[in-house]
Amino acid sequence: MSKAIDKISSTAVPLNQENIDTDQIIPARFLKVTSRDGFGENLFRDWRYNSDNTPKKDFVLNNPTYHGKILVGGKNFGCGSSREHAAWAIKDAGFDVVVSSFFADIFKNNALNNFLLPVTVSDEFLEKIFAAIEKDPETVIAVDLATQTISLPADNDPAKAGSASEKFDINNYKKTCLLNGYDDIDYLLSIRGEIEKFEHTLI
Amino acid sequence: MPKTIFEKIWDRHVVRTIEGGPSVLYIDKHLIHEVTSPQAFKGLENRGVEVFRPKQIVATADHNVPTINQHLPIKEELSRIQVQQLVDNCKKHHVELYGLGHPYQGIVHVIGPELGITQPGMTIVCGDSHTSTHGAFGAIAFGIGTSEVEMVMATQCLLQSKPKLMRINVDGDLHNGVLSKDIILYIIAQISASGATGYFVEYAGSAIRNLSMEGRMTICNMSIEMGARGGMIAPDETTFAYLKGRPFAPQGAEWDKKLDYWKTLYSDKDARFDKEINIDAANIEPMITYGTNPGMGIGVTGHIPAQNEIDEKEQPAYMKSLTYMGLQAGASIKGKKVDYVFIGSCTNSRIEDLRLVASFVKGRKKADHVEVWIVPGSKQVEQQAIEEGIDKVFEAAGFNLRQPGCSACLAMNEDKIPAGKYCISTSNRNFEGRQGPNARTLLASPLTAAAAAITGEVTDIRELI
Repeated sequence: MSKAIDKISSTAVPLNQENIDTDQIIPARFLKVTSRDGFGENLFRDWRYNSDNTPKKDFVLNNPTYHGKILVGGKNFGCGSSREHAAWAIKDAGFDVVVSSFFADIFKNNALNNFLLPVTVSDEFLEKIFAAIEKDPETVIAVDLATQTISLPADNDPAKAGSASEKFDINNYKKTCLLNGYDDIDYLLSIRGEIEKFEHTLI
Repeated sequence: MPKTIFEKIWDRHVVRTIEGGPSVLYIDKHLIHEVTSPQAFKGLENRGVEVFRPKQIVATADHNVPTINQHLPIKEELSRIQVQQLVDNCKKHHVELYGLGHPYQGIVHVIGPELGITQPGMTIVCGDSHTSTHGAFGAIAFGIGTSEVEMVMATQCLLQSKPKLMRINVDGDLHNGVLSKDIILYIIAQISASGATGYFVEYAGSAIRNLSMEGRMTICNMSIEMGARGGMIAPDETTFAYLKGRPFAPQGAEWDKKLDYWKTLYSDKDARFDKEINIDAANIEPMITYGTNPGMGIGVTGHIPAQNEIDEKEQPAYMKSLTYMGLQAGASIKGKKVDYVFIGSCTNSRIEDLRLVASFVKGRKKADHVEVWIVPGSKQVEQQAIEEGIDKVFEAAGFNLRQPGCSACLAMNEDKIPAGKYCISTSNRNFEGRQGPNARTLLASPLTAAAAAITGEVTDIRELI
C-alpha cells in the first residue's frame, strides 16, 4: 500500500474548538501499547465515551451526519504532549488530512511523518469551512497537495459566495516526501557517511 | 555578525541544509523512556538498521512506573510489558538504562541535569515535550515524536527547520513567596497557550539570572505550554557551579576546555530576535490556574475572568472549560477547597522543591480532608530527602512521600485523581482528564501547593510566611 498523498476530496468532520491538546486526542492511559496500530479506537476517548463506555451522543464523531477523511479543528490544534500516538490515532481512525488555522509544532511534524497532511488555513477560511459544513454536512472539500490548494465547492446560488479556495504552505522537501511516499529516515540513512565526517568536526 | 545563543549552537550542529527545506541537525544527546521508544526500536529493526551511536543515548523508566513498591513486579500487565520492553531493547541495542531499581533512575528531565549528562552548547532531544527543561543549561533541547526518535537512533540526526527566536526578559526583584513557577505561569497567562508557537525562547533579565538551576529548569520546562519549540537560558557561574563534579560532567583538562567553550554561549549585544517581551518581576504574584490550559492562570488573589471579559468568539470554549472545572466566571479562587495535593513532575520535583516545601511545612499538619502526594523526581532526590530528614518532616505533616516517576502529572500509572476532585498540582498541564478522567487540576508552585495542603484550600502563601 502506497503511503503517498496527492489529491484528497472528501466530506469533513468539524471539531470547532480551539487548543485541542494531544491528551484529548489520545489520553495517556492508552499509551501503554508498544505497537503503532489500533489507536483510532481510542481517538478522543473521553470526549466520545462516558465513563461506562457508552457513546456521548452530542460528540461529533458519534454523529453519523458527519463523516469523511478530513478532520477540521480549531486554532492551536495538537498542542501539549509530543505523543506521536495522537497522529497515529487520527490516521488510524481514517483521516488523511487535518485542517486548522494553527498547528502546534510537534504535532505538525508527527503528522507529516505519518502521511497525515496538516493543512494550515487563515482564520477566515477556517470559519468558511465550518460554516459550509454546518450548512451542508455533505460538503466536499478538495485538498490538492501538488498545487497546495484547499477548496470548497462552487455554490450555484448567486446570492451566496461562490467557490472558495486558499493556498497552504508546506516546505518543498516535505511535499516531495509526501507526494512520493518517501520518509526522512531513508533520506538521513543515505547521508550517514557525511554525518560520520561531520562528527569529527565537533569538540 | 552578532548571533543569539541559539544560533551559535544551531550553526555548529548543522550537517547540511536542504534547499527550500529543513536542515540536518546533529544531536549530541538522546534521552529515551519506555512510552515513546518501543515503536522506534521496532521501526529500526524492521529496516534492518542498528542504533548508530548507542553511547549517546541514555534511557530511564519514568512515565509508566508505580510510585509505591517499586521493588515488586509491576502489577498492571500492559505497564509491566512496556517497561520490560525498554529493558530488552536497551540490552539488545547496547543502550545505557537507568531502569527501576537503579540508583540513577528517575524522571528523564530530572536525571539528565543531576547526572551532568545535560551540558551547555549541546543539542538534546527526547520523545517528550518537556525536553525543553534542559535548555536551562544553555542547550538546544526539544521534544520529538516517535518517528523522530527512530531517526535519531538511526543517524544521530534530525531534519529540522530553524524556528523563529523570541527573547523574554524578566527584570527586577521577585516578591517573597513568588517562585520561578509563578514567573512561567505568569508569562503563559500573559501570552496564552499558543503565544510562542513557532518560536524558540531565550529567557533573560536579572530575575532569571538570580534563579538557581532548579528554578531555571522549571521555567524552561514549561516553554512548551505556550507552544514554544523550546526555551533556553545562557549558562553562567550558577550553571558551571551546578555541573562541576557531577558524575558525567567533564573533568580535569576536559572541564577547562569545555568551560572555555561554554563561556562563549550568550547572545551577542546586537543579536536579532524576531520578538522580544519585557516583564517586570514586581508585577508577579503567586499564580494559580483555573481552566483547562496552562494559559488560564491568575494571581492567587485575583478573580476568574467574567464571561464578558473574554473575547466573544472564545466565550463558548471558555464557559465549557469552567463547566469542566466546576468554577464560576467572575469568582475569586482563593478559598476554593481542594481534595488532593500533588508535588512532583519534571517541573517541580527536584531536591530544592522538596527542601522548600519541607521548610514551610515543618511543624505544621495537613488539613484532614486533603490527600498529599510528594513524588520525588529521581532516586537521587529521594535518597537526598531521606539523608536530610525531609522524609520525617513530610511524615509528621501527614504527607505521603512516594517513589520517583511521572506519577499523577499524566496519570498513566495508578496515581490518578478521582473524577470531579480538585488537585492543586506542581505539574505542567491542566488539560481535561490529564490527572485522571474528569479530574480537575489547579497548577501552582510548590509553596502554593504546600500552603493548600495545610489549609485545605487555595491559599495566598504570603499570608503564611
